[in-house]
Amino acid sequence: MITFIIRRLFIAIPTLVIISLVVFLLLNLAPNDPMAQVPLTVPPEVKQKMREALGLGQPIHIQFFKWLVQFFWIEPQVLFDYLFNTTFSEGKQRIISWQTRSPVMDIVVQRLPQTLWVVGMSYVVGILIALPIGLYSAYKQYSIFDNVGTFVSMIGYSVPPFFSGVFVIVIFSVQLGWLPSIYDTTHTVVDWETFKFQVKQMVMPVMVLALQTTAQINRFMRSASLDNLNQDYVRTARAKGLTEWTIITVHVLRNSMIPVVTVIAINVPYIFGGALITEQVFKVNGIGHQLIGAIYANDLPTVQTITFMFAFLIVSFNLLADIIYGLLDPRIRYD
Amino acid sequence: MIEERNKERVGSLYRDVWDQFKKHKGALFGGVVFLLIVISVIVGPFLWPFEANAIDIRSRNQGPSFIHPFGTDQLGRDTLARMLAGGRTSIAVGLCAMALTIFLGTFIGVTAGFYKRLDGPLMRLTDLFLSLPLLPLLLVMMLLFREPLSSAYGPERGMFILIVFAIGITSWMPTARIVRADVLALKEREFVLAAISSGSSNSLVVRRHILPNVLSPILVSATLGIANGIITESALSFLGLGFPPDFPTWGRLLNDAVDYLQQYPERVFWPGLCISLTVLSVSYLGDGLRDALDPRMRKR
Repeated sequence: MITFIIRRLFIAIPTLVIISLVVFLLLNLAPNDPMAQVPLTVPPEVKQKMREALGLGQPIHIQFFKWLVQFFWIEPQVLFDYLFNTTFSEGKQRIISWQTRSPVMDIVVQRLPQTLWVVGMSYVVGILIALPIGLYSAYKQYSIFDNVGTFVSMIGYSVPPFFSGVFVIVIFSVQLGWLPSIYDTTHTVVDWETFKFQVKQMVMPVMVLALQTTAQINRFMRSASLDNLNQDYVRTARAKGLTEWTIITVHVLRNSMIPVVTVIAINVPYIFGGALITEQVFKVNGIGHQLIGAIYANDLPTVQTITFMFAFLIVSFNLLADIIYGLLDPRIRYD
Repeated sequence: MIEERNKERVGSLYRDVWDQFKKHKGALFGGVVFLLIVISVIVGPFLWPFEANAIDIRSRNQGPSFIHPFGTDQLGRDTLARMLAGGRTSIAVGLCAMALTIFLGTFIGVTAGFYKRLDGPLMRLTDLFLSLPLLPLLLVMMLLFREPLSSAYGPERGMFILIVFAIGITSWMPTARIVRADVLALKEREFVLAAISSGSSNSLVVRRHILPNVLSPILVSATLGIANGIITESALSFLGLGFPPDFPTWGRLLNDAVDYLQQYPERVFWPGLCISLTVLSVSYLGDGLRDALDPRMRKR
């Protein structure tokens, strides 16, 4: 197991480097100019100086190397300084956003809680809905419940979040006026009333994202439970005279969770991708919103950093899923 | 004689698939709905008297009426005409992106499965692509290559090429993996060994013996590819990074309707419904095809 983890880590690192190179080159070889917005009255030699100040004058491999150093060496130092009140990063060049002229990571840290709060909550809700439905669908295969469940997960797959989100806004905000359509990120919870408002404004984005999660996890849970329900150990448990409840919750559920847990782990980064659109629909001031704003504003350092953070999440959660799978299922041997 | 018998057997195989497919109610329904949508967006613009971009400012913001069954938008353009024209683009993008996805996926999958030397590198490449954050990269590609392609091929055609190409190169990976796995299994089968040992060239073996046998996973990924293409195009248009504003697609119409959400909430309904219905029908179609093409999946 340990050798497997080490081997996987050694594959993950070059993968990450290549991905960062892809992201970097895609953005840097593209025909656009951060100085395009600067007025034409600014003389060319001043423009050239401004370009150099942004670090654009150097050859591309040096830019890439500098960016890598900033991302993997200087930014972690900043985090370390912040946590332990040290001064390792003082005077070192951080990744600066062209849009706001402040370090990209500072903005990311400001935006991340909103995303995590909404996305994380929706993921938990989606899983909690999906697991019992999937299990019961498998237990009563081809029943009405099963067919309805399959249909609902089909809908969850087919209805894109930019429609389901807008649709619930039309119903609950415009027609009924029950829920706010825009997520207020400045809202802080201090008492019962503000808590109620927080719940109200979170209901719609969370449910829209949860529908997608539910659709996916439900299908996996159903097929995993179906596999297990036909196993011999279930028949043995029945022959022993255990109640159906015990058989389902103790034996089938626990064994079916093995593949489902890995799917849950693998899907975490993709939820951030889906949140990109949901954040746009509900105007949640999160990290996806920041990315899209940066894309519109041609803010390369921010786009690079956030895109690469997504890639980093994908690679690490894939790794995590493999490790969990090996730990949960003793039949799996990697070496 | 032998050829005749072969023909008969081929016919009966497809008949068998069709029989199985017919039994799957959802798939049949999905197929019919998808076909209806495709026919109506192809034929509809010829029959419907209003142009998608004809501005009639006097009759703007109308509700549903006999002349405009879906109403008109803020410039007095007929919503039904725009829906039909938008559907044309959305479905065309879905089909073209699917074709590119399938081509790339099959090519890489067959190459990796058939040539042992290329297997490792190609599969690492697939893993790498699977680790890329696709939606952000798609957005970035839209932003960066929009202008050069627009100036080279005109705003609409340039955007079409860009979107199809971008979707194609970001969604071939699952197809490639499935096809590779099937090819690896097929390569060890006797009829392929026989074909190789009787001196058939590699390309003949692939065309004659491998490709027909991996057709079923390819068809299933094709249906998924259409759904994926339509959803991705709508998402890009919805985020404002798709087709130009005056060029209707379902995602674009939905995006335009969101601006008038408070005044005319019913406008978001039609494009959203069309996207969802198309994707739902295609997914059911794919489900039925998978069951029909794979005898092991059938309910006994």
